[in-house]
Amino acid sequence: MNIFQLFSDIESVDADAPEKLSFYSRRFFLRKGSKAATAVALPMALASISQEAFAQSTEVQEVLNFALKLEYLEEDFYKKALAEATFDFGADRPVFEQIHKHEASHVKLLQTALGAAAAPKPALKYDAFPDVFTNYQTFLIVAQAFEDTGVRAYKGQAPKLYKLPELTTALQIHAVEARHAAEVRRLREGRVWVTKNESDGAPAAVYAGEENTVQKVDVRTLGPGFSDIVVTEAFDEPLTKEAVLEIVKPFGVA
Amino acid sequence: MSIFSSDTPTSGDLIGSKSSVGRRTFLRFAGISSVSAMALTTLACEDHRPAPLNGAVDLGAGDVGIMNLAYSQEQLEVAFYSQVVQTPYANISSEELAFFTDLRDRERTHLELFKYLLGDKAIPMLTPNFSSVDFSSRESVLKTGHTFEDLGVAALNGAGRFVTDMELLALSGKIVSVEARHAALLRDLLHPKSQAMGFAGDDIITTDTGLDRAFLPPQVVMMAQPFIQQKISAERLPKA
Repeated sequence: MNIFQLFSDIESVDADAPEKLSFYSRRFFLRKGSKAATAVALPMALASISQEAFAQSTEVQEVLNFALKLEYLEEDFYKKALAEATFDFGADRPVFEQIHKHEASHVKLLQTALGAAAAPKPALKYDAFPDVFTNYQTFLIVAQAFEDTGVRAYKGQAPKLYKLPELTTALQIHAVEARHAAEVRRLREGRVWVTKNESDGAPAAVYAGEENTVQKVDVRTLGPGFSDIVVTEAFDEPLTKEAVLEIVKPFGVA
Repeated sequence: MSIFSSDTPTSGDLIGSKSSVGRRTFLRFAGISSVSAMALTTLACEDHRPAPLNGAVDLGAGDVGIMNLAYSQEQLEVAFYSQVVQTPYANISSEELAFFTDLRDRERTHLELFKYLLGDKAIPMLTPNFSSVDFSSRESVLKTGHTFEDLGVAALNGAGRFVTDMELLALSGKIVSVEARHAALLRDLLHPKSQAMGFAGDDIITTDTGLDRAFLPPQVVMMAQPFIQQKISAERLPKA
């Protein structure tokens, strides 16, 4: 039984489902998948909500498929590196095993949520960075670019999931990508924050617009010491779907 | 206001006297905030002004309540990092001291922005209660820091789908990933490269679905309450 798909379908049909179905129970199902708890709580929860469940709207499917494509890329990239790279990960290997585990989970989660509507995995390629699996520093740069792009991509899609339960899931993935980005940056001995639009070896497009300081008001005016560096580091900026697709196009994602 | 008071030696005046942003400066900016009429559109048309509730600080309802919830988290973080910077643990490295200063300053921009956007609907400055924190212990400080950051992430993740104002939704997205970066940094300092408890450890990210946490407002308040002197109420925010 596919719990995630079920809840997602129910909620997209029955607007009141989130209210009827306790958030905590839902989280619990998703997190633990405990058979015992499910056996008791699930029928009770389902009894009070719609029996009918349809697929998501086309727009939501588009968002989830866009996310899925990025997750395919990340998952494939780390899997390949962990299996085939000629450099030695050394003490950093557990970090990338952990990141890969999350990306693989995201792929599965999104595929499951989309069901038959899930986009197939594209043929991916990395020849835009010929030494990415032979030079650890290049690998780290591309990893950072993927993670920071992922953060910006999910952020850009959030408004399209306005008020939907899928927004919560997307935000939960978004934060994990940000944790990954911070860690990869640390492995490069860089800052965990994105400073202005500094790309630090990654393609400039990954950080275009990160120099923004205006959040309704120019935040630099709100306090002493609120410099360009402080303010741009304190707020991550979104990217449009088009901008993200342009960044990942060289890797075979369309 | 009470965050500046000096009547509680362990928790008072955390932001003020010794840091570059003095008490007077802070109050001056608070003044600017309260006259700003440029709050988010929905804030202007709905009366969700927080009201005292059985002596508790009520966060309010709707987008105002969500902003006040986030604002309370930012207050806690700024007060905490200010204290760490003022009374660092023994033999702190210059790198780690710089991290805490950076964390304080970035959270401060979040705090000031929420204060500005909330205007007269902002809850008062809260008095932190850090009696459970051992500021002389690196482990206690790092653990408390990432606990706050992890909670800040879960709070914004959980509140997201209740946000009505699109601009507020966009803004919380810009902030929540920075909180996640902070959480990852502090976790990595405490448990370097650890899969179990590190930057995105199995103790916080689901191992089967790869998801960070999402908490509803009452759960956030419940977890933050031990660190705040005043009683906080999320009574008018979504419970399910």
